[in-house]
Amino acid sequence: MNTQLLLQLLLNGLVVGTLYGVVAMSFVLIYKATQVVNFAQGEFLLVGAWICWWLLTRYQLPFWLGLPITLIFMLVFGIALQVCLLRPMIGEPIIAVIMVTIGLATVLQAALKWTFGTNLQPFPPLFAAQTVDVFGLPVQTVYLFSLSVSLVAMAAMAWFFRSTRYGLAMRATAFDQQVAQSLGISVKAVFAMAWAISAVVSALAGIVVAVVNGVSAGLSVYGIKVFPAVILGGLESIAGAVLGGVIIGLLENTAHFVDSEYLHWGNLYEIAPFYALVIILMIKPHGLFGIKEIERI
Amino acid sequence: MATQSLLPAGDFRTTYADDTPIFPTRVSRMAACAAVALLCLAPLALNQYWLSLMIQIGTMAIAALGLNILVGFTGQISIGHAAFFGLGAFASAYLSTKLSVPTFFAIPLAALITAAAGLVFGLPAARLKGLYLAIATLAAQYILLDFFARAEWFTGGVVPAMAAPFRIFGITLQGDRQYFYVVLAYLVASFVLVTNLMRTRDGRALIAVRDHYLSAEIMGINLAKYRTLSFALAAFFAGIGGALYAHYQGIVSSEGFGIDRSILFLAIVIIGGLGSIMGTLMGTVFMVLLPEAMEALSALLRGGAIDQALGLRSNIAFLREIAIGLAIVFFLIVEPDGLAHRWARIKAYWKLYPFSN
Repeated sequence: MNTQLLLQLLLNGLVVGTLYGVVAMSFVLIYKATQVVNFAQGEFLLVGAWICWWLLTRYQLPFWLGLPITLIFMLVFGIALQVCLLRPMIGEPIIAVIMVTIGLATVLQAALKWTFGTNLQPFPPLFAAQTVDVFGLPVQTVYLFSLSVSLVAMAAMAWFFRSTRYGLAMRATAFDQQVAQSLGISVKAVFAMAWAISAVVSALAGIVVAVVNGVSAGLSVYGIKVFPAVILGGLESIAGAVLGGVIIGLLENTAHFVDSEYLHWGNLYEIAPFYALVIILMIKPHGLFGIKEIERI
Repeated sequence: MATQSLLPAGDFRTTYADDTPIFPTRVSRMAACAAVALLCLAPLALNQYWLSLMIQIGTMAIAALGLNILVGFTGQISIGHAAFFGLGAFASAYLSTKLSVPTFFAIPLAALITAAAGLVFGLPAARLKGLYLAIATLAAQYILLDFFARAEWFTGGVVPAMAAPFRIFGITLQGDRQYFYVVLAYLVASFVLVTNLMRTRDGRALIAVRDHYLSAEIMGINLAKYRTLSFALAAFFAGIGGALYAHYQGIVSSEGFGIDRSILFLAIVIIGGLGSIMGTLMGTVFMVLLPEAMEALSALLRGGAIDQALGLRSNIAFLREIAIGLAIVFFLIVEPDGLAHRWARIKAYWKLYPFSN
C-alpha cells in the first residue's frame, strides 16, 4: 500500500471537494431560491476564470484589482441573465427551464472558445513560494490558497444567510414565495440576487481552479460534477451541498487510488461520481439532507 | 374517417374513432402519400451533398422521434439520448461484422439491445421524476460513454468499429442513392408506428402519465410500468437511428455521441414541438439545416470586414454551436410550443382568410 500516494490523493480530494462544495452551494442557492436547475453553472466558472485571466494578462492588472473587477462583472452578468432569460420562463414547465439553461451553456461554451481559443492558458503565478511546510509536510501553496478561499466563501455564505436582512429575505422566499411576497419582500429582486450571488461565488471558484490548473474549456466539468454532489447532499440543503461536494471529491480521488494501485482500468477517476450518483438515486433519492416531497391530491 | 375533403367549420366528433384519425381529411391523406412519393423520387434530382443531408435528417429524425415519446408524450426528461444512439450504432456494427448477422436483421436486433439498455437505465424512472430523473439520465450518458471507451471487444476502443454495408436479398447497397431508400423506409415505418401507438391504450396511458400522474394512477395505469416502457421505446428508436447511422458511415468511433448531441436531440424535440409527431420531423430538418445555413452565412460574408474581425472561417464550428444554443433559447422564450404549433397557426390563419386575425 502506497501511503504517500494515498495521503497526497486524499489531500487533493479535500481541495477539489471543497471547490465542488462551493460550486454545489451556488447551484443549490439558485435551485432553492428560484426553483431553476442551472445546467450552466460550470460555464459561470469558465466565464469568471477567462475574464480574470484576460484582465491579468492583457492589461497586466494586479490580482487584487483584477479579482474584484471580475466579481463585479459576474454580479452584473448574473442579474442580466436572470432578468433577460429566466424571468420570461417563470411558470413554464421544468423541462423548458432546464433547456434554457442548457442552451445558455452551449452558447457560453462556444462563445468563450471562440473568444479565447481552445488551448489551456496558464494563470500568472500568484505566489513566490511553490510549497509551504505544514507540520513538516510540504503542501503546495495554491492548494492552501484554494482551501482557504473555499472556506471563506462558505463562511461568508453562512453569515449572509444567518445574519443579514437580504439573506433572511432569500430564505423566506425559498420557504414560500407567496408568503414572502405578502410580507413585502420583492421576489423579483430576490431571484435576481440569487443568480448574482451564485454567479459571483462560482466565478470565484473558477478563478481558484484557474490559479491551480490554468484556464481551459475543461473547467466547465465542475458544472457536471456538481450533480452527484447536490444529489448526495440533497437538493434543498446548502450544508448538504458542501458536504456532498467534499465526499464526491474524496470519492473521486479514492477511486483514482484504487484504480492506479489495484484495478488498472483507467478513467475510473472521472466516472466514479456518476456510478455513485446512480446508486444514490436508487436507494436514497432525496440525499442526506433533502426534503422528501409528500404529495396530496 | 377520411371521407370528406375539407373539415367542416365546427369540429363535431361523435365517436372515439372520429377523435383519433391519422388523416382528418382525404386531402391530407393524399398529401402525405404524395410527400412520400416525392421523397422516393428525390434521389434522382438531388446531388450527393443534399442526399447526405437527407440521410442525416432521416437517421436523426427516427432517434428524435423516440425522444419525443419520452419527453413530449410521457413528460420524462432524458439528457442521455445520444448515448443510446451510440449504443445502437455500436451494437449494429458489432452484430454485422463480428457476429456476421445480416444487416437486415442487425438493425432491428441492435434496436432491441438498445431498448434493453434503455429499460435498465429507465428503472430509476419508476421511482424518480422531473429533475431527479434528468440527472439520472445524465449519469447514464457518462456511464455509457465510458463503456464505449472501455469495452474494446464491443466497440474497438480507440480503433473505430467497422459496420458492414447494408445488404438485402443478396444485393449490397452502394452509395447514398440506394441507402436513401433504406432510411426512408425506416423513417416512414417509424412514423406510422408511433402515430398508431399514440392511438392505442398504451399511447393514451403515456399521455395520461404526463398530464397528471396521480390521476393516471388512480385510473389504473401502472406508473412504473409506463415510465420504464417509455424509456425502452425511446431507446428503441434511438437504436434504429444509430444503427442506420452506423451502416451509412461504415465506421463508428466513440466521438459524436457526447452530451452535445444529446442536447441536439432535446433541441430538435423542443423546436419541433413537444408531443407532436410531425413536429419532430420539422425540428430535425430545422436543426440539421441550421448549421448549413450558418456555413452559407459565413460563405456570404467571406472576405468582408465582419469576416476578418471575427475570423469566421476558422471558427465555423463555434458559430454552429452558438446558433444551436440560441435557437433553443429563442424558441423556448418566443415559441415554446414549437414549429408544429406555428404550422397549425399558419393553417388556421389561411382557413379563415380573409376573416382571420
